[in-house]
Amino acid sequence: MGDAVLLWGRLVGAQIRSQAQYRVSLVLEILGAFLLSFIDFLAIVVIFHNTPRLAEWNVQEVAFLYALSSISFALTDLLIGHLDQFPQKIRDGNFDIMLVRPRGTLFQVLGSDFQMRRLGKAFQGIAVLAYALSVLHVHWTIARLAVLLVSVPAGVVIFASVWVVFGCMAFWTTDGGEFTNAFTYGGSFLAQYPIDIYSAWLRRFLAYAVPLAFVCYFPALFVLGKHDPLGLPRGLQVVSPAVAVVATVVAGCAWRFAVRHYRSAGG
Amino acid sequence: MGTLLRARVLDQLGPPVDFGAVRLEWEIAKRGWRRYAAYPLATAAGVFTNTIFGFLQAYILLAVYRHRTNVGGYDSHDTLTYVWLVQALLMTVYAFGWQELALRVRDGSITSDLSRPLNPQRYWLAFDLGRAPYHFIFRGIVPFAIGALIFRLHYPSPLDAGVFAVSVLLAVVASLGFRFLYNLTAFWVLDVRGVMMVSLTISLFFSGMIMPLTFFPTWLRELARALPFASFLQTPVDVWLGQYHAWELGLQVLWAAVLLAVGQLVLRRATQRVVVQGG
Repeated sequence: MGDAVLLWGRLVGAQIRSQAQYRVSLVLEILGAFLLSFIDFLAIVVIFHNTPRLAEWNVQEVAFLYALSSISFALTDLLIGHLDQFPQKIRDGNFDIMLVRPRGTLFQVLGSDFQMRRLGKAFQGIAVLAYALSVLHVHWTIARLAVLLVSVPAGVVIFASVWVVFGCMAFWTTDGGEFTNAFTYGGSFLAQYPIDIYSAWLRRFLAYAVPLAFVCYFPALFVLGKHDPLGLPRGLQVVSPAVAVVATVVAGCAWRFAVRHYRSAGG
Repeated sequence: MGTLLRARVLDQLGPPVDFGAVRLEWEIAKRGWRRYAAYPLATAAGVFTNTIFGFLQAYILLAVYRHRTNVGGYDSHDTLTYVWLVQALLMTVYAFGWQELALRVRDGSITSDLSRPLNPQRYWLAFDLGRAPYHFIFRGIVPFAIGALIFRLHYPSPLDAGVFAVSVLLAVVASLGFRFLYNLTAFWVLDVRGVMMVSLTISLFFSGMIMPLTFFPTWLRELARALPFASFLQTPVDVWLGQYHAWELGLQVLWAAVLLAVGQLVLRRATQRVVVQGG
């Protein structure tokens, strides 16, 4: 395990050094991503231009949800964003190269494309989070601070697991990339808004079965000390890390199952 | 060289003079259709994703109507219709970016395109007019039908339905004009990723894809209406809803013409810069 972390650090370190060679370009790309991400947030501002509250949530609270979703999404994208291009790896036979290397395939996918420009969106999320926290008057307790701090890594792990599970599709068909988008981009879009505005079937499917509600919604209720409009058990608000662990196990099993059923086209 | 190629191209297409240019364009358009028809699974996956996004956006915007009955002239049925029409039209107007031409510029294949007796813009317009009906039928109808099953939507009068078809056609042409233009930047910059990202983000926001323009504050709406992007999505949807003026279609024609003309101008400037390395 420690060995794997060390190797991952080296792989990523090499990519960071290579991207840092073009410093101006890198800074511009990060800045560009930072500024463009505000257009997403502008959509939320436009909504609240028309209504003071979205269900039981005001603009600052939705900004808080948005920020958590945005940061977790951006960091997931940083780690495994190139899973988008995974079907291409299968199609052109490059996945076979991974199979003969003396490391797990998922490990190799995790370390193979670390793009620092994706930090731009994370910085934007942090900026929105800072804004939201500065206007929300949260009554801070140790527990709330802890839930906030843990929610981002837990969110990243949940997002990443969801991406891996649906990315496994590529082992059966390389044309289904758009299907995965419903859960990757769709997942982060869903998490930006309070899940109580969605209808019950959509919530069951995308917020609990695919555990996207644990990325932002439940931690946000806890940190903001908000009454749950859905009246769900309060315990759910602090279990995101456990959900993340379960999600990782499910994703690992799905990946293993998929790789075992993989048949190379030869070549 | 040019005439020889033309002879060869027309040779493959059958009778040369009788059908002429229209025949050539028809053949290119058929290829546009076939390119996308070749991947039915990709189409199905896309339909699924459009449907999920449709539901998410529908419930988000419905939540706004808990507090009011009318937003910028749209009641809740208009807004829901808007959401599902946008999901249906997204692929038809290819809102998520197209970089085929830019890639051809980068890898040099553009030089063989330029040596053909056919203007690249005409080629891609014909190709796109073959692609768009495929996406309209196979990516558009199913998500809209699913939305229509779950929500009460607005349906157009026969006249508006006819005008809607014209408006969608204009939207495709205008959008191709815009996509062609940002692809041409590949002649000047090595990596078009940045240009793509900016073009996409701005066009998605101002076309009304992220949020109906009717939800915008007045000043932002005015700005959006003055830009070409509203012609890509907002105008066809407003036609469907029967909330439009004839001049808005005129504006679509104007933007289509302007974007195509600017594309031609830029293409001419660009080709003066092309240096073919080897052969």
